[in-house]
Amino acid sequence: MKELNFDAVVIGGGAAGMAAAIELDTAGFSCAIVEREEGLGGILGQCIHNGFGLIEFNEELTGPEFAERMEERLTGSKIASFTGTTVMEMDARAEIKTLYCYTAKYGVLRLNARAIVLAMGCRERNRGNIRIPGDRPAGVYTAGLAQRLVNIEGLVPGKNAVIIGSGDIGLIMARRMSWVGCKVHAVVEILPYPSGLTRNIVQCLHDFGIPLYLSHLTTRIIGKDRVEGVEVTPIENGAMMHEKAFVIPCDTVLLSVGLVPENELSKTAGVELNPMTNGPVVDSMLMTNVPGVFACGNVLHVHDLVDYVAEEARRAGQNVARWLKGDKPSREARLKAGSNVRYLAPSRVDLDRDNKLYLRTLIVKNGAMLEVKVNNRVVKTQKKSHIQPSEMITVELGPKDLESAAGSPDPVVEVSIN
Amino acid sequence: MSQELVCITCPMGCRLTVDTLTDGSLEVSGNRCARGIKYANEELLAPKRMVSATARIAGAGHEALDAIARLPVRTTVAYPKEGVLELLAAIYALNVALPVKRGDVLIKDYKGSGVDVIAARTLS
Amino acid sequence: MKTGSGRYDVCIVGAGVCGANIARRLSAYDLDVVLVDKESDVSFGVSKANSGIVHGGFHHNKKHLKARLELQGAMMFDRLKQELDFPFRRCGIVVAAMHEDEMRAIEQLYMQGVDNGVIGIEMCSRERMLELEPKINPDTLGGLWVPGGGIVEPYRFVFSLVESAKKNGVEILTDFELCAALRAGDEWTLRAKDGRTVKARYAVNAAGLFADEVSAIFGAEEFTIKPRKGEYYLLDRMTKARPDRVVFPVPTNISKGMLVIPTVEGTVLIGPTAEALDDKTDLATTREQLEKILSSARTMIPSISEYDVITSFAGLRPTLDEDFYIAMSQKAPDLVQVAGIQSPGLTASPAIGEYVKDLLKKAGLRLREKVDYDPFVGKRPHVKDLSPYEVDELAAADPAYANMVCRCEKVSEAEIVAAVRAGHTTLDGVKYFTRAQMGRCQGGFCTYKIIKIIMRETGLSWQDISKNGGESRMLKDAL
Repeated sequence: MKELNFDAVVIGGGAAGMAAAIELDTAGFSCAIVEREEGLGGILGQCIHNGFGLIEFNEELTGPEFAERMEERLTGSKIASFTGTTVMEMDARAEIKTLYCYTAKYGVLRLNARAIVLAMGCRERNRGNIRIPGDRPAGVYTAGLAQRLVNIEGLVPGKNAVIIGSGDIGLIMARRMSWVGCKVHAVVEILPYPSGLTRNIVQCLHDFGIPLYLSHLTTRIIGKDRVEGVEVTPIENGAMMHEKAFVIPCDTVLLSVGLVPENELSKTAGVELNPMTNGPVVDSMLMTNVPGVFACGNVLHVHDLVDYVAEEARRAGQNVARWLKGDKPSREARLKAGSNVRYLAPSRVDLDRDNKLYLRTLIVKNGAMLEVKVNNRVVKTQKKSHIQPSEMITVELGPKDLESAAGSPDPVVEVSIN
Repeated sequence: MSQELVCITCPMGCRLTVDTLTDGSLEVSGNRCARGIKYANEELLAPKRMVSATARIAGAGHEALDAIARLPVRTTVAYPKEGVLELLAAIYALNVALPVKRGDVLIKDYKGSGVDVIAARTLS
Repeated sequence: MKTGSGRYDVCIVGAGVCGANIARRLSAYDLDVVLVDKESDVSFGVSKANSGIVHGGFHHNKKHLKARLELQGAMMFDRLKQELDFPFRRCGIVVAAMHEDEMRAIEQLYMQGVDNGVIGIEMCSRERMLELEPKINPDTLGGLWVPGGGIVEPYRFVFSLVESAKKNGVEILTDFELCAALRAGDEWTLRAKDGRTVKARYAVNAAGLFADEVSAIFGAEEFTIKPRKGEYYLLDRMTKARPDRVVFPVPTNISKGMLVIPTVEGTVLIGPTAEALDDKTDLATTREQLEKILSSARTMIPSISEYDVITSFAGLRPTLDEDFYIAMSQKAPDLVQVAGIQSPGLTASPAIGEYVKDLLKKAGLRLREKVDYDPFVGKRPHVKDLSPYEVDELAAADPAYANMVCRCEKVSEAEIVAAVRAGHTTLDGVKYFTRAQMGRCQGGFCTYKIIKIIMRETGLSWQDISKNGGESRMLKDAL
């Protein structure tokens, strides 16, 4: 069995993994990326639409371009990339952590490292997760799988599609399918507002005259061999209007019903998860409860923009470098999600440094006010012209904002939106 | 007359209110940057779209698990909306020989529009 | 082999768990046997979607044939596992009583079990129940413990039986939908819809849900198979609710009730419901039935959460009478009827193979033991069950063992290739054979890879890739 030692191993070679690894390399630490697909870039490779990179590269790029630009930053570094390599076991209990990685190239590869960065991304929720009853014919795909088939394999799953869920991947796929000769008959969303970014509603649905059924639940998939239609039931005042149910004929169902951080490997290593995000609970350094195991990107919480993924991962990489040098935060405060806040990541702030928090709200509102309280005293407010659950909100908190937490034995920083 | 519009220039998605003044010019409010004004004028007077699609790679198949059958491509800038389907047909008619580098121009100045179609990834 | 022009001693119609057991049993003798099925792969009917239980022998009175075959069949699984290497484990069965009157029913089950000779059967107090199965509702009053009960992956069992039968000379014809059976002299000519024919001295009707239609084609007894639908939920292998034992409720007159099953492969199955139908192809799940499953399962194991659900599905059970109908036809010559094999059919199936072999012998089929009969099939490595060191060794010979295709169920490229080469060329065929696409992502990540492996290994084009044969095509166009 081939065995190699590194200061840090990054699991996942998407935007997060690459960004974290570059920081570690820059700080002079030996570092490896383990990526299960054949190339780096993660899901970006199949996201051929534009809209990436405005923050990271200050220009609008497609997914493959964003990935390639990130990958170019790796050239000249000492980072070892193991592609086509899947981490199957992780033992993170001891100071030196061990990963068993399977790869056709070497067989089983044993990697030892002092630090591990979790950057495995997320997976799509599927039909079973949202429990859509009915027949089980061919033609039911997650939007991401359809995207892979169309954009990389050049294989088109259907000619008449209904998209369930108005998440971004689903919206993007509505346009993409329309552009490869598939008629998209509807997008069906259970919530009273769309889940995806507004610009995707405009560009991907309005342009093609695709109806968006809000407050509608898909109650049945119909079709013996291949999908023949979906039954859709309106929801009014929280109740299903069975008598108003109707069938939309189609041969394909694409599901865009949310993403879940992929933390099965983390769980086996004893990493504690936040039930609100399904991602690890992390401190101000983005370190999990398992010392030396860090998390960033979509495995930590599902981001709306890859630019934020890269930014967060860069901080993770810098923090791992700090940690490897023995630097730890001397004073932290607990973060608490206040009213109308679904979650905050990370779960702690460093009282002596600049912190950047990401949060998601539970509400749709124009003219909202974000409020930060330290031990119940307001220390910062921020006006938000428009907020919605699908868009991440960032908050920066520096030592000045957190001054009043010093001296308190268990300081609490609460963020709320009203 | 006042129109509501969502700016899609960047992910911010500013909600624009556009009023047509007596001289026919547009007055835009709700924008967080100058691009919002430009967007409103373009979208209402001469709408354009970025087009991203894939092109055939000469000789590509599905034999190898990691083989890539299609090359992602995009327009350099937005293209007039009414001509997008025609442009797509031109993209689908391409048969790109490898190697190809990101940024390689595959269609130059399509129909004199000043818009190029370029490769969005490097493949060899 | 899809030629189907030969003459056979026996033709078995239906490659489910009964047909496969009969075929495999007959393969021990010097006979030409053919096993035909209308689906594109074996085990694609009743046998693919059921609870996968090796029952405990206490549910039925032994005056019934099905109870006797259940008891006999259950005993045969240990040896079969040694020979055929399919997932099977005697994890034991508990029956949980939640009310006083249910405790009286438990007592009756206990007495029936004792009368049937069930080994180790035990009446349990609440404490004993909680000791045997800590996940069980602490409000349980007590119950029954049957240590010999077990769990099996039903399709993998069928695949192994068929592989063994094939190895010993049995021919398998899939996509063979019987439409005519003609008798000339002492021989049947069986014709499929696509025009293929086989000739056989004896025929066995093991057509599951369609045994009534097959019987009619033979001009044999008239009866009606009524499908009864059972819906299930499959839970993630990481669920906190996974019990150590199969947990049964106290049965009703109609069914054994909805169970909580820790599958051999590590996931959890809850269900089935029991709903009488007319349509033999209705495998739809319904919101109402699925809600019933969750609430029923939670009364026994309260920690079951809908967040752990990874998929739902339905299976059909072929019901006829209270008992199995296994006999020589009184109307059509040299035809064995194997019909109405509902629960405990899977448990009884090895004994059904034995029983049908004896019926054929009595009807004049000459059974001479094959000198070169080999009851063993080669063990197939599953990366999921191996240590990194073992995988490293395997990969030295075939690197595809270290190329992971299905991350959720830990299936390597080599295992997918083996499935395709064994004739499982649909996505469902690969799924049932390898478990790839069966885990928490339900194929979201690996489907495209499996499609490409099937295309590479078989030379099929994208138009021919299907979910489970027929018109269940996966793709509609290529750019």
